Amino acid sequence: MTDTVLAGTMFTKTLAYIGGRTIRLMGDVGRGFIMFGQTISWTFKLPVNLGNIFQQVEAVGVNSLPVVLIMALFTGMVLAIQTYTGFKRFNAENYMGPVVALSMLRELGPVLTGLIVSGRAGAAMAAELGTMRVTEQIDALVTLATNPVKYLVVPRFIAGLVVLPLLTVIADSTGIIGGYLVSVHVLHVNSEIYIRMTRDYLELNDVFGGLIKACVFGIIISVVSCYKGFFTEGGAEGVGKATTGAVVMSMMLILIANYFLAALIFR
Amino acid sequence: MKIGRLKPPLPRVGATLVAYFQMIHVIEIVNLHKAFNKKHVLQGVDLQIERGETMVVIGGSGSGKSVLIKHVIGLLSPDEGSIVVDGVDISHLRENDMNELRKRYGMLFQGAALFDSLTVWENVGFSLMQHTTLSKEEIKEKAKQKLEMVGLKGVEELMPSELSGGMRKRVGLARAIAMEPQIILYDEPTTGLDPIMADAINDLIIEMKKRLNVTSIAITHDMVSAYKIADKIAMLYEGRIQEVGTPDEIKRSVNPIVRQFITGSSVGPIKAV
Repeated sequence: MTDTVLAGTMFTKTLAYIGGRTIRLMGDVGRGFIMFGQTISWTFKLPVNLGNIFQQVEAVGVNSLPVVLIMALFTGMVLAIQTYTGFKRFNAENYMGPVVALSMLRELGPVLTGLIVSGRAGAAMAAELGTMRVTEQIDALVTLATNPVKYLVVPRFIAGLVVLPLLTVIADSTGIIGGYLVSVHVLHVNSEIYIRMTRDYLELNDVFGGLIKACVFGIIISVVSCYKGFFTEGGAEGVGKATTGAVVMSMMLILIANYFLAALIFR
Repeated sequence: MKIGRLKPPLPRVGATLVAYFQMIHVIEIVNLHKAFNKKHVLQGVDLQIERGETMVVIGGSGSGKSVLIKHVIGLLSPDEGSIVVDGVDISHLRENDMNELRKRYGMLFQGAALFDSLTVWENVGFSLMQHTTLSKEEIKEKAKQKLEMVGLKGVEELMPSELSGGMRKRVGLARAIAMEPQIILYDEPTTGLDPIMADAINDLIIEMKKRLNVTSIAITHDMVSAYKIADKIAMLYEGRIQEVGTPDEIKRSVNPIVRQFITGSSVGPIKAV
């Protein structure tokens, strides 16, 4: 008797837990999409707040630049070493140039830039908006007859959309240069062949595909981080949770979206 | 202003009557209900505020005072009931119309809620920057004037983080009056200040009323402040207004709930949790 009752409560508790989590997740997804929609519609409404946009471009872009540069340089360099090791086993060192470039342009450039920016700028966005929420600054904006989505979210959204592709271009070139330097000067691959092979086997689509990915990642980072910050509850602890949540969720979404985008764009 | 078209077309006598009642009751809260999840915070609040009057809503922490005041400026929308401002029910206004109305409001937040990425004068001139075409210099000049009105000089270029609690509240007040509002809402204006600074804020609230001829709603649990600034005091408890009266009437109240609150006793119908 007691066993069945216990099993019953265990079962219903588990169900309630799963149900509760599902409802919360669906609520999050729904509110996230509502915010995304509002952001899009406010983006096209005048006047444009150029000052705020430039400020965010600086925060997201310029300040992420050193980290992105170091990341891209060393990624390109290690890519060269590993490709060389692999290709040497079947005497194909001459073909390593395009492989390094392709990996950089299609995958590592956009994805690693996305991950770094979500850790750096996404966390900052969530923390800033979260603090503004818990100190009633967002409410204050509303009482001053200013739409907080337009004033706070739109500039970050535009910054994410514009800056991610730019950073990716920089990351791509830095990575390719790093790969070239290691290949030619450390591994002694023929420079001329390396460059020619890279040029011959690369397509413009490789570059653009990567940049489209970067735009999507920029949208993911800004919308997720702003959403998490915007709906922060519960003081300093809440801001911490929102920040962690923003970074974890944007990173996961970037990696998931990356697969589907790759399947869609490159096939 | 677009608000006007929301009024029902009335015959002239009716219109005159409406105008007359509008003159008396600037804000009328009718049967206001609000629940968060399962917590029924407001359970039918009725309250009228007359033009030029300072209404102080008192009540314990968590009694729903903040929720009430947030309804008046459209930060929250009611589950049931209405808030009528100048004859317009604002509870279901579209955002554009609500924003037009909000330009006639000023609100001072408990923690001042200054934008910490902007300087003091940019904070004060925020709505001027957003809603007028004035030049930067003109806005700065106006901000300076408002800051002087609240007794601050030479702080324009500072950041909010460099100010003390009392100064922040003053800047918050200067920001609230920047657009020359007709209604000012005060959320716990004296909480967290030392008694002298609190009294200075009280004096400012009285001065604002005199100089700008505004209608005000303040929420507080500071009885010294309530007695000093109020034309009328309303006690909120268990989601309803328990009693409304002038400070003298409240002092003489026989309602045990009001008595316990104004004397600050832990013994009585209100349970300290």
